Amino acid sequence: MNWLLVAVGAAVGAPLRYLTDRAVQVRHDSVFPWGTFVVNAGASLLLGVLTGALVFSGTYALLGTGLCGALSTYSTFSYETLRLAERGWTFLAVANVGASLLVGLGAVFLGFDVARGLVQ
Amino acid sequence: MSRLSHPTGSEGAIDPDVDLHVPAQRAETAGRGKWRVLAAISAGGVLGALARYGAVVLWPGSVWTVFGVNVVGCALIGVLMVLVSEQGRGHALLRPFLGVGVLGGFTTFSTYAVDVARLLERGEALTAMGYAAGTLAGALGAVWAGVAVTRAAVARAGAAS
Repeated sequence: MNWLLVAVGAAVGAPLRYLTDRAVQVRHDSVFPWGTFVVNAGASLLLGVLTGALVFSGTYALLGTGLCGALSTYSTFSYETLRLAERGWTFLAVANVGASLLVGLGAVFLGFDVARGLVQ
Repeated sequence: MSRLSHPTGSEGAIDPDVDLHVPAQRAETAGRGKWRVLAAISAGGVLGALARYGAVVLWPGSVWTVFGVNVVGCALIGVLMVLVSEQGRGHALLRPFLGVGVLGGFTTFSTYAVDVARLLERGEALTAMGYAAGTLAGALGAVWAGVAVTRAAVARAGAAS
């Protein structure tokens, strides 16, 4: 059953990343990969809420492993970082790593707090 | 920083999922083709996520399973993007299906961030930092190696032909 829920969540999560990435780029033209930054931070926030709220395993498979897992990406993030460095935007490459880690981690802790506030 | 500073071909793209500086990628959601692209991404995402879930079922209970998933996915995106983006090879849906879908669905940033946060909360700061930095180093090293090896193979094949 969990396999099916992971599949359904991912079927939505992957195109949602693509569409969000496009929507961000349309509104904010930049070399810095804001689109990927936004989806990774958003998925980290949602997964923080789900983890903090100790949701049922089926819910976690659907929204956590499936949706958040496919919405967020490490491959896109690392390829972008390499490309920024290759193109000579070393500062942006370093900033992408630092900002993604700090904001991603901050989003998770915010999600933990939100979930614990909701549960109590 | 402006669009003008970019080459217009896909070889100048920074974002492998979609880079609107590349005219062909900007246009790929126009008209009915949009649904083919989204379906390819969705199908790829399902396969990638199931492979990641399978790895966690096979090797449960350790953050290093997701580490392995992320490092392998990063090596493969390096190989794929050299062939698809720099060489312009393959079907137009190859990047959406394999890059955005399969590899994007396989790798995960959110689980990585949650695992680091949980280690920190449990007071295992050293493991948290080791895992955070180890994944970063492994992922960046893997994508670099994937790109470098594929570029060398393409150059050798080109010289031989």
